[in-house]
Order: sequence, then C-alpha cells, then structure tokens
Amino acid sequence: MSISLPKPEYLAPGHAACQGCGATLAIRQALMALRPDEAAIVVVATGCLEVVTTIYPRTSWRIPFVHLAFENAAAGASGIEAALRVLERKGLLKEKKKIHVIAIGGDGGTFDIGLQALSGALERGHKFVYICYDNEAYMNTGIQRSGATPYRAWTTTTPVGSKIPGKPQFKKNLAGIAAAHEIPYVATASPGYHVDLINKMRRALNAPGPALLHILAPCPTGWRYDPSLTVEIARLAVQTRFFPLYEIIYGRKYVVTMPVPKPRPITDYLKLQGRYAHMLRPEMKKDVERLEKVVNEFYEWLMKMSEVTKDLPLPSWYHV
Amino acid sequence: MPKIVGLTGDEAVAHAVKQCDVDVIAAYPITPQTIIVETLGDFIANGELNAEMVHVESEHSALSVVTAAALTGARVFTATCSQGLALMFEILYITSGVRAPVVMAIANRALSAPINIHADHSDSMAARDSGWIQLYAENVQEVYDLIFMAYKIAENKEVLLPTMVCLDGFTLTHTLERVEMLDDDVALKYLPKKPTYAHPISIEEPATYGSLALPDYYFEFKIQQEFAMNRAKEVIPKAMEEFTKVSGREYYVYNAYATDDADVIVISLGSTSGTMRSVAKELRKKGIKVGTVALRVYRPFPAKELKEVLSGAKVIVTMDRTLSFGALGGPLFEDLRSLFYDEDRRPLIADVVYGLGGRDLTPSDAKAIFEYGLEIAKTGHIPELVKFVGVRE
Repeated sequence: MSISLPKPEYLAPGHAACQGCGATLAIRQALMALRPDEAAIVVVATGCLEVVTTIYPRTSWRIPFVHLAFENAAAGASGIEAALRVLERKGLLKEKKKIHVIAIGGDGGTFDIGLQALSGALERGHKFVYICYDNEAYMNTGIQRSGATPYRAWTTTTPVGSKIPGKPQFKKNLAGIAAAHEIPYVATASPGYHVDLINKMRRALNAPGPALLHILAPCPTGWRYDPSLTVEIARLAVQTRFFPLYEIIYGRKYVVTMPVPKPRPITDYLKLQGRYAHMLRPEMKKDVERLEKVVNEFYEWLMKMSEVTKDLPLPSWYHV
Repeated sequence: MPKIVGLTGDEAVAHAVKQCDVDVIAAYPITPQTIIVETLGDFIANGELNAEMVHVESEHSALSVVTAAALTGARVFTATCSQGLALMFEILYITSGVRAPVVMAIANRALSAPINIHADHSDSMAARDSGWIQLYAENVQEVYDLIFMAYKIAENKEVLLPTMVCLDGFTLTHTLERVEMLDDDVALKYLPKKPTYAHPISIEEPATYGSLALPDYYFEFKIQQEFAMNRAKEVIPKAMEEFTKVSGREYYVYNAYATDDADVIVISLGSTSGTMRSVAKELRKKGIKVGTVALRVYRPFPAKELKEVLSGAKVIVTMDRTLSFGALGGPLFEDLRSLFYDEDRRPLIADVVYGLGGRDLTPSDAKAIFEYGLEIAKTGHIPELVKFVGVRE
C-alpha cells in the first residue's frame, strides 16, 4: 500500500536530541497520523523527549504541550480529556476541531514509575492514546537499567562485570500488561517501519477508548552504536524477532503485522551495538542462545495467538 | 432567602463546590475526607452537578489530573489529607509552578507513623512552603464560606495560585453544625464562571506548559510565584470583604476576640480557636485581660495585619498542632517570633504544641494555657520556648 505523508510537522526540527535519536523520529512519525481536521494536545512525561524539546524559552512543539512530572503523563492526559469532555458538554469549548489527547512517556516513565497512573487511566477508559518510546534504559540520566532493559544488555547500573555480564532479567511485556486492561487497541511499532507505525497510530486515534503504542526507539548514545544506524537497527530488531510488530484488539484478538518467517540470527542485531559487545565473546554463547530461544518462543506464541483469534472480527475503526 | 441547613464539614465542602459549578473533580478516598467526594458523587449521579469525576488510583494522580485539567481553563477541585497529601507532595510544587488555580480541601489528619486518622496539622503544615495559599476554618460555616473565597482568590489574575482550605479531621469534617447557605445565583455572581487559567490551552495558539528551565531562567519563574503570593496579600482581604457583602458574614484574614487591651493573646489555627475563644470569654468575665486570634490565612502570612492586632500584647502564645522536629518551635511560633524581631517593643512569645493525632484540647487545658501566658506576663520570663500540652512525658 502507499500513503502520502502529511505536510504539517508538529514536532519542529532544531531540538536538542542526540543525532540519530529514535525517540524523536518515532514521535514525529506518530504525529503524522493526525488529519488536517484534527488537533492534538500532548502530555509528556519527564524524560529525554521532554528535556530536548522544551528548554525555556524555546519549544519544539507546534501543538499544545503539557509536562507535569515523571510518573503522571497518563494522569495528566486523563485530566485534560475529562476537562475537554465537560467543557464541550457545557458549551464552553471554543475549538471546533476534534481534539485528540496523546500522552507520551519513555520506558522509565511507562514500564516503571508511571505504570500505576497508566493502569488507572486505561481502566477508567479515557479516550486517549498513550505512546511509550522505549529506548530500553534511563537514557536521560545516563543509561541506567529499567524494567524495559533487555536481557544481558549493558547499562551503567548493570555493568558487564567478571561475575555478572549485564542485566540478568528479561524485559517486561508492556503490550501484554496494557492488553490485560482489555482496552480497544494495543500495538507495538518501530520507526524502522514508518508506514506500519503511522497506520497503527491512526488506528489508535480511531479507537473508541484508550489505546497504547509501544514503540522501540533505538538510542545511539545508550546502545552504543553509530547514529547513522538507527533505522537499520530498528529494522533488525524486527527481522530477528527481537521486537515483533503486532496488535492486540480489545485484549483478545492478536494480529501480527510484520510476520518474520525466516528470522535473521540474533547476533546480527547484537553485533552492531556496543551495549551487547560482550555477547560476542565465546563464553557468552549460552546467554545468546537463551536470548534467541526466549525471543523465538515469544514470537511463536504470538503467531499461535493470531491464528487462534483470527476469526474474531476486526472493528470498523480498525480499517485505515 | 438563604437556606439554613445542618451540615458536616465534609458535606459543607461538597455543597460549596457544587455551587461553584466545578467542572473536573479527581480524588482518592482517605478518612476523614471521604464524605466530600461521596457527596459530590451523589450530586453528579443525580444530575445536580454537571462535572466530570475522575476516580483516580492515587492522590498523586488526583492532583495530576486536576492540575492538567485546570490548564484547559476548567474549574477544578480535589480533596485529601495526611498520607494522601504526603503522596501529592511532588505535584504540589508543580501545581503552583504552572500556576494552576486548583482548590483543594484538606481534612487535616495526623501523619503516620504510628498510623492515626484524627486531626492535627502535620499534613498541611508540611506543605506550607509548596507555593499554595493556605486557609484554615474554625467551624463548618467557615468551611463552607472559605471554599467560595478560595476560588475567588486562586482564580484572581493577579494571583493564580492553588489554594488549600483546611478543616480539622472529625472535629469539623464529621460534626454537624448549622450552616447558612448562599443562594446559587449569589454564589455565581460572587464567582462568575469564565476560563480560570491565565492562558488556557488553545489549539489556535499552541503553547508549551511545564518547560524545562535551567539556571538561566528557573529563578525568574520562582520569583514570580513569590510576587503572586505578595499580591495575594492584597487580594485576600478584598475577596473576604466582597464575600462579607454578599453573605452578611464578617470575614478578615483573622478573627480577633478582645485583643485591644489584652495582656495575653493566644493565636491558633482551625477548630481549636473556638475552644480558646470560649475560655477567653469566661476569663474576661472575671476581668482577666486575655484575647484570642483565630488565624484564617496562614500562607501568604499576613504579617502587616498580625503585627497590628498583636503588638499591644505583653505575651503571645502560639498554638502549633504539629511538631517541627528539632526546630526552635512550631511553624506558627517561628513565624510570629520573626515577625516581631525588628520591633523596638517585642511581646514575649511562647509556643504550645498540642493535640497531635487528635488528642483533645479540653477547656481546662485551654485555661491552663492562658494562665501559662499570664504567668509569663507577670514574671517576664518564658520557662520553655515550647510547652507540650496534653501529653504524657
């Protein structure tokens, strides 16, 4: 299929993000899903995106932007959504365009400190889209491990030592957590596949209730790779099944939007990133095999889920 | 004709909030605040109040919800106390920092540990530096009235600061008292409905709220909050005067009793003020020159007004219903002492810490406090800066 990308850019260039930043790329793409007759208010958690775009007295946002704290982007979005609803009901809202409320948080602000506020907002059923740009560690404070940091990745708090080589635990399943709230729409996306990402954002905007996009946002600074490789690495994450692209509708129906029948070896993904440099050592072979096994098991489980739920109908708002 | 009803403090808050035509409410249950939110829930469910109630999963989210909602220009409300206020702490500073005119009722309750559900001021006193205006009510009528004044002050374009209305847990929240209500049209005339925020979120003129301000700008943001607090010192008495006009009930930043010729003045916050005044009246009948000041506005600190009313006394006894561990004394005491430091003629100022965790302050305790002040007046000597009343030592 082909789509023409809209002209308005809501996130202006000239912000202070690192070269090759996957997060700003992902958000720029996501906002392209807005139609000309629609408006949006973004509520952003403390983190890289907030810091690099809003250094007073400048701003990179061409749409209303609200930042309150680290763990409450979903709560802030709930407040704005509720306010718009009641002001409209009382005839106090001047704006005639459809206004979308979009909350944005990094993995720290979503997987960890913001999970409670996120769960509350999803359960209450606010009509909003939550985007998690996941760069798999606390990058803004200097690459500390989060609940989204993958197995054996190096961070400054999970260093590669002689006894413990990087993070011992696996990553939290954010999409699964969100889907357990049985909200209309959950999807994973990658800025390496921008058409897929924008279509998913469009479905999220169309959804009649809460929607969550979990976007893997490669980070050259924290992942230790050449900034020119962001899109390539984003794609390799999908092609190795490390980060499969799929959707969960109403917590029931699974759709794998980018099947990977013949995955590339996981080492193709690992070897480009300094955070995994130790994984190429011979003594790490078992850990690499364990990672590959878990990644493949999850992918196969997803394919099974999409197979067994294939007869569940897609809602009308899904089609974009 | 104004309606006269029997209401608890919590119900009085809810009725006033309804009459203020609030748009967004978010709150999390905590004793003794719950009846406020339950009553508002009834109003919404019965179509008496056209508002969105956001049933949040924590107080942290409650304040986040109403702060963000206020940025759209909506009129907002929340209520909490104790542990809930402690959980809100991070956001308290953000609400005042983005200058959102949030009004919050605090059903004053002691802080854990040990866990306790009864009244003291350790919760709101801990928040005194957070950039919120703080009003303290003495009785249920004041609870009701101060809610209207809180919105009037918070939403004033010269102020735009969030405001707490503090009412003692159980003593006021759960006690039924006579309340004279405002007529709805009088209430909305006092408090016209218009976008409350200075620059509400606009799609046509998008703005960034909650920027990152580094050493080159942060200080300027903060000094503007201080300027707003200073302007609030002028706005608050005017808002009270206007309220007096529409309600017929006398309001000022404090409520003074028999201060003109008093040798000893006891100053207090909240429901205790009623006890102190009633005992002072008994003592006055015996010709003992004591007076009381019930302070209604604690932040911004009404320095000018307090100096005027207190400077004639030989002794001031401050009543602190909180402990400022390791400090010279309680917060009210320290403020009063600073207030008179530059004066040529300084009253002797002694502190009483009392009533923690809901410990009753009996009329005999109150009498002993006046006698303590009179003894200081006689001897010219303060035996201990902080006296603990009503505690086993």
